[in-house]
Amino acid sequence: MRSLTPWRRKKSVFKQDPAPSRLTYRMQRWMLTPGIRLGLRIGVPFCLIFTLGSAYMANEQRRDGLNIFLSDLRQSIRERPEFRVKMIAIDGAGADLADDIREVAGLRFPVSSFDLNVDLIREVIEMLDPVKSAAVRIRSGGVLQVDVVERDPVLVWRSRQGLALLDETGIHVAELGRRSLHANLPLIAGDGADAHVPEALQIFATARPLGARLRGLVRIGERRWDVVLDRGQRIMLPAEDPIPALRRVIAVSEVRDLLERDIAAVDMRLSARATVRMNKTAVQEWWRIRQMNGGG
Amino acid sequence: MTDLYQSQRAMRQMRHQAMQRGVVAILDVGSSKIACLVLRFDGSSRLSEDNSIGSLAGQSGFRVIGAATTRSRGVQFGEITAMQETERAIRTAVQAAQKMAEVRVDHVMACFSGANPRSYGLNAQVELQGQVVTEDEVARVLAACEVPEYGQGREVLHAQPVNFALDNRSGLNDPRGQLGQSLAVDMHMLTVDAASVQNLVRCIKRCDLELAGIASSAYASGISALVEDEQELGAACVDMGGGSTSVSIFMKKHMIYSDAVRMGGDHVTSDISMGLGVPTSSAERIKTFCGGVHATGADDRDMIDIGGDTGDWEHDRRTVSRAELIGIMRPRVEEILEEVRARLDAAGFDQLPSQQIVLTGGSSQIMGLDGLASRILGQQVRLGRPLRVHGLPQSATGPGFSSAVGLSLFAANPQDEWWDFDVPSDRQSGGSIRRAVRWFRDNW
Repeated sequence: MRSLTPWRRKKSVFKQDPAPSRLTYRMQRWMLTPGIRLGLRIGVPFCLIFTLGSAYMANEQRRDGLNIFLSDLRQSIRERPEFRVKMIAIDGAGADLADDIREVAGLRFPVSSFDLNVDLIREVIEMLDPVKSAAVRIRSGGVLQVDVVERDPVLVWRSRQGLALLDETGIHVAELGRRSLHANLPLIAGDGADAHVPEALQIFATARPLGARLRGLVRIGERRWDVVLDRGQRIMLPAEDPIPALRRVIAVSEVRDLLERDIAAVDMRLSARATVRMNKTAVQEWWRIRQMNGGG
Repeated sequence: MTDLYQSQRAMRQMRHQAMQRGVVAILDVGSSKIACLVLRFDGSSRLSEDNSIGSLAGQSGFRVIGAATTRSRGVQFGEITAMQETERAIRTAVQAAQKMAEVRVDHVMACFSGANPRSYGLNAQVELQGQVVTEDEVARVLAACEVPEYGQGREVLHAQPVNFALDNRSGLNDPRGQLGQSLAVDMHMLTVDAASVQNLVRCIKRCDLELAGIASSAYASGISALVEDEQELGAACVDMGGGSTSVSIFMKKHMIYSDAVRMGGDHVTSDISMGLGVPTSSAERIKTFCGGVHATGADDRDMIDIGGDTGDWEHDRRTVSRAELIGIMRPRVEEILEEVRARLDAAGFDQLPSQQIVLTGGSSQIMGLDGLASRILGQQVRLGRPLRVHGLPQSATGPGFSSAVGLSLFAANPQDEWWDFDVPSDRQSGGSIRRAVRWFRDNW
């Protein structure tokens, strides 16, 4: 016989009490509290992700796997053809300097642009003597563009090591094998001469009236300059204010032909008292003439 | 007296806290529904510089961000009879409103209609100690009011100074700073049964809410349903609720009288239910869809299915003509309005310069009520709806929500009450230290 009681009670057709229970009510109010809401929205996901992440990372194998995966990924991006630098282009440098730059940059193409430290390359290139300034950038098309401004040599410096070219600030530009390679550049000599190149250049500018007679400047005792002319003549300039002294000598020379005479040196070291040193034959000649004139 | 001061001042303090937090809930505990509004104050409730009333009558300082209503349970005649049930209904309404507002509400202002409100007019006159009316003098004249014997088990709900007179000048709103010799005050005091207030307070406490104010719903619906000139010139607001019909008379923007008739729409429903032999729920439905108070010839032919679910075909197919339904409803509505008339007469409403009567509340939506009311109450009757406030949902703009909306307005721009003024120092017990403290605070 079929059971009179149904197997499953039908759910009550009446709607349940719409009122929230005290617990639900408190819970909802609690959830509407701003601090709790913030905690649930940010704090709980953060904690969850942090916990899951730490649990995953607790295994060394997984950590290594992740590292390898990341490095592979990085490598694959790095080696994409878009980032490959295939050649170096150097503008503004002569052939020798360009070779030097290639040598010091020390790059073996192709190289990824991620591996290029452009600033470092620029510093290395600027450390080269003939380079005044350099700009290094990676041009589109995989070209490492190097724009170089070379130093202009203005002086030849003869020292015990040999001949060297200096620029207007006294910085070493290049070694020079023979003087005749740069015959038009003025010559300086002596220890410490390279530290006073601007002064030397001023003296050269002042000494332009001497013309071809000028041989060069010599730094004496790392203190003062000697202007060396042909026939072994010297103008000894003071350590302080050499330019007015030289001007005086040139002026005297133009009026009285001082430098054309047979003298060994004009000593301006005491600039208030110019002293002329004559050659030996000139002195004897002078004595002879004085005796002839009746002594004095 | 001190007890009243302290509890009311505590509530006022709570309201200040709620204002600072910016969110307060409005709870209208009625006999047929419980409405909850969540208000957000954005702090722009000050009047403009020239002291004129801006848009929305200067009430634009708040915004309704949550609204919910639920069927009321355990409330009869506007008084709580089953506390558990009422508590659950309040929880339902508050939870739904909070959910809509997405903000937690801790402070609630409540209004209710029942509890036998009774109005008293108080007055007092004092000689000023100085020439100038100061806040202390106002407090002194308020304290000088002789409080009538309002009976054991009653509590003061409102005590508002409605008029000040300085020497022979009357009708002052704010006498502070004026010069004169003697200051007189007229005060309106409303008392209700203490038990029902305590029940309401208990109910709200059990919902984990802090009570930030309590008001009579007659007052609240008067604030929102009467337009400004009606409040100024004098008008009566009749709030016809489910279990009680409350009457308030306004004059010069102050309530000067309030009373309640313990009858309302629920009685009409129960009449229909008894007269037609149908359950209350379908009687309510028939009343709202087909009800009326004026029968015409067409109503005899307008048959209404009143239904039933007994399984008996004859019983379930009963019909009734609309004229019969009106015949059931009209006497009860007339009775309610007659009672209102009696209360208004007792208050001397016919002596007022303006005889405007505004019907509001859920039961004022009965079709043809304004015609019937103008026959019983007087010619100047209109149906009132609450003032529009920011963010109020369309479903809550009906006349049934005028007390909730009015309470929102009251929360935004509260009326000065007796307890807003400090008790004069000579009446305080053991106040010497406090007086010293106040002296320090005033002088440093």
